[in-house]
Amino acid sequence: MKEQLTSLWQRLFGDSVRAFGVVSLIFLGSLAIAPAKNFFSEWRHYQRGYLKMVRNRSDANTLQRHFHGGIQQIWLPELGVVDRCTSCHVGLKESSLTDVPVQPYRTHPVIPHKLDQFGCTMCHRGQGAATTVSEAHSSTLAWEQPILPAKYIESSCGECHRAPLPGTPQLNQGRSLLSREGCVHCHTVKLSDGSVMKATDDPPSLSHIADKTTREWIFAWLKDPQAYATTSTMPNFKLSDDDARDISAFLIANSTPVPGDTATLSAKASPDPAAGTSLYGESFCASCHAVQNAAGNMVGGDVGPELTRVGSKVKPEWLQAWLRNPRAYDPGTAMPHYRFNDSQVATLSGFLSTKTDSDLLANVHLADATPEQVAHGKRLVADYGCASCHEIAGIKKPENFAPELSRIGSKPVTQLVFLPGMQHTLPDYIATKIKQPRSFGQGLKMPQYTFTPAQIDSLTTSLLSLNERSNTLPPSLEVAATPESDYQPAGKAGKLMTDLACFSCHRINGHGGDMAPDLTWEGSSVQRAWLVDFLKNPGTLRPALIRRMPRFNLTDGEVNELTDYIMTVYQSPAVDRDSMPLSGYSQGQVELGRQLFYGKYACQGCHIVDSKTDKGYIGPTLTQVGSRLTAAWIYQWMKNPQALRPGTTEPNRAMGDEDAQALTAFLISQKGGAKKEVAKK
Amino acid sequence: MTHVQSTIHVGTGAFARPAEQSSAAVPRSMRYGFLLAAAILLSTSCSHQHTTSSEPKPTAFGAAIVESSGGKQVGQTGGLLPQPVVVQVNDAQGTAVAGALVEFSAAPDVVFDPANALTDSSGQVTTNVPLGGMAGRYQLVASTSDKSHKKVELKIEEIALGYQQTLGRRLNDQYCERCHNPESTVERVSNYDNLEVKPHPFTDGDTLNKISDADLTAIISHGGPALNKSALMPAWGNTLSKSDIQALISYIRAISDPPSRNAGPVYAKN
Ligand code: HEC
Repeated sequence: MKEQLTSLWQRLFGDSVRAFGVVSLIFLGSLAIAPAKNFFSEWRHYQRGYLKMVRNRSDANTLQRHFHGGIQQIWLPELGVVDRCTSCHVGLKESSLTDVPVQPYRTHPVIPHKLDQFGCTMCHRGQGAATTVSEAHSSTLAWEQPILPAKYIESSCGECHRAPLPGTPQLNQGRSLLSREGCVHCHTVKLSDGSVMKATDDPPSLSHIADKTTREWIFAWLKDPQAYATTSTMPNFKLSDDDARDISAFLIANSTPVPGDTATLSAKASPDPAAGTSLYGESFCASCHAVQNAAGNMVGGDVGPELTRVGSKVKPEWLQAWLRNPRAYDPGTAMPHYRFNDSQVATLSGFLSTKTDSDLLANVHLADATPEQVAHGKRLVADYGCASCHEIAGIKKPENFAPELSRIGSKPVTQLVFLPGMQHTLPDYIATKIKQPRSFGQGLKMPQYTFTPAQIDSLTTSLLSLNERSNTLPPSLEVAATPESDYQPAGKAGKLMTDLACFSCHRINGHGGDMAPDLTWEGSSVQRAWLVDFLKNPGTLRPALIRRMPRFNLTDGEVNELTDYIMTVYQSPAVDRDSMPLSGYSQGQVELGRQLFYGKYACQGCHIVDSKTDKGYIGPTLTQVGSRLTAAWIYQWMKNPQALRPGTTEPNRAMGDEDAQALTAFLISQKGGAKKEVAKK
Repeated sequence: MTHVQSTIHVGTGAFARPAEQSSAAVPRSMRYGFLLAAAILLSTSCSHQHTTSSEPKPTAFGAAIVESSGGKQVGQTGGLLPQPVVVQVNDAQGTAVAGALVEFSAAPDVVFDPANALTDSSGQVTTNVPLGGMAGRYQLVASTSDKSHKKVELKIEEIALGYQQTLGRRLNDQYCERCHNPESTVERVSNYDNLEVKPHPFTDGDTLNKISDADLTAIISHGGPALNKSALMPAWGNTLSKSDIQALISYIRAISDPPSRNAGPVYAKN
């Protein structure tokens, strides 16, 4: 053995010439490794494949001319992008290659950004500088971030774009769920402008809950909120019977009465179902509240709580006090103060009390609570962070109750726990955590939600957009969202508008809901007499709408207060009310307007002027528009509707002065037959 | 009355103090400790392996497989289809068969949840489907075996929209759908029946495939008269930008049935 080795050594390095030759050979060989590796590299393989594919195409010449061999790179220092992806993805910019079924040769789909100015990894993640498929697409020891699965791609838009984009429905939905489902009550999400994401749900205060409901209901609710209301956003904490018993005991013991709420029933609840149904309908309760019908479908809006089983929940005296004035119990409620009279309160409360579910509380039997149970209940309430969402007298809202999520999209995989069978990636971790939060270990507190698979994908998308880059973006790259304004109308009218909860449906100066028209410029738009009439007795302008303005039983004084305020304050600088008269147009002009209406612009497609002939159904009915709108508003609207109401579906016809004037004359002449009682001072 | 209440308050308050403190400190640190331990354990012990979901054993066999719902849907690339796909296994007489094994397959990046299952008591299997990452048409295959172990297949087609087409769909929802889609819902009443000249639904490939991109751009920008059609089709050129109109056209091309030439490839199992 030893001899053989020695002889081998002799043969190779026996004399200096030999040794020199051998060493040179080894050296030469090692020099050849790099070019060989280069020659057989993946990107060359793909480039050769591309040229081969292109050769047989009719546009081969153009494609070959565009082709540059070698490593390609998009380098954007200010974005930190060094992307060599185009070394293999050769056809991205070739608009003719849309018929190639797969990457790396297919055209990149149309997006609002240029590849040269943006690179690839900004959106797709992965390792841009890598030149092999596995290194570029997957996580390696040196590179954590693999390529982002297509279903979460919108998260990358969200790194810079803070406002909803028309092309990113999933990201938009995810962000709105974070607020609407109350995730951000417990999890802090800091935004780049230093503010925190705010919850838009409005969990009720529990400080006076004994006024409203019974301990039995609380117990059943805690055990399974969706059994009471399938649309409930309250998650299931999977409490044991004992824990639910003790929490309900604590909440009842901790509750203090609200003056006025425990007042004895002033009117007997009326059991007249027909009157109840019709008052419920007239008051447009269904605009905000849903009720499950016999077929199992949810009918109604989701601004307020579902009422399918409300009779099994609320105490009759509380319900009456609430209907009389909800703001007495909850000053911040989105529910309007309807000013129902006694008999209306009796009718409605009687109607709602019949909405019960005998199964709900059938098996709930609770013995009187012991002080130990109450104390244990209080501990549980603190433990589960109930006060993160609900106001509870004597319990402080916990701070940082759950992990902050401001950078969750960059969380290293090594810090995550995975369940058996899961893919070891951050998106999978986030999605599974949302889907079954408690499965990651014992004693975890995050409750179980009832999200659909699509909602989980949306939430995951929005969480992935909260990452290192979104937090450290230079302000010049950020596309900020217009923050929700906290506009409040002033004075007596302002108080009245708060009382009527106008902002639950209407938007004014960037604040409020989107169920009903934006009123920012209502004073320029409508005539005073019409507004007075409408507030007293709101009709609908759009026959196709199922959500309508309810009647609030306002006094004359209140109507005047509101009208004066709207007419003076909500004025658009773009509309000079005196520029166009309300009458005095020539018959010729009116006739020209009529021709334009039915001919050139075919407005009858969407609007009704003559209810005998016109059928258009999706725009406001215009039979009485001459008594409703100001001429100046109509005129400006003809010229550019989006300038007055951004986002309106009315197409902008960019009308010339003459057409706009004639149409204004025609529309102002539509006063709609005999007017009923418009006797105003 | 007030007296009773105030004592309850003092009582709960007194109980609460230590409880709050302990709850703030102990379980949290315990939880993190647990997480850390679990993280270390798991990250060292498990590798990237997937547990292959074991196939259930069929208890019955059908003769045919039919679509109950969920075909011809329009989703987004990589995204879940809005509705699950539901298929039904029937026997030779057309009666539903419970307990038959249904397997789903498609292009490699389409994932079914679940990918296989036994039919329920009404003979059906429901699966959630995220489409692949490329815009275009996807062919899904649902299969079951009959008594003689022959495969019976059902092909279902779905559409995945890319970014531009998704934007087009949004614009269509806002501006066009009310007139062009005859289907009415309570939430969105259709205006189709009210129009003297009927527009075509955008899925109507037989009509729309014959109109060139340039003509589509013209009629959308300048209204019906641009193509000698009714003025009931308004001009949108002052409301929508050029790229908006391109997005609309790209959407119209993507959803047309039969497919347009520009609809992109069909992704199927290979
Ligand atoms: C007010 C109702 C209405 C709206 C809103 C509307 N259209 Fe139309 N559209 C029509 C009518 C009616 C026709 C048929 C004209 C004819 O055949 O003479 C039409 C025709 C068309 C055509 C020609 C093919 C066909 O269906 O005959 C295209 C393309 C089209 N519209 C696109 C759009 C787009 C895109 C939008 C949204 C930006 C839109 N339309 C909004 C009413 C409407």
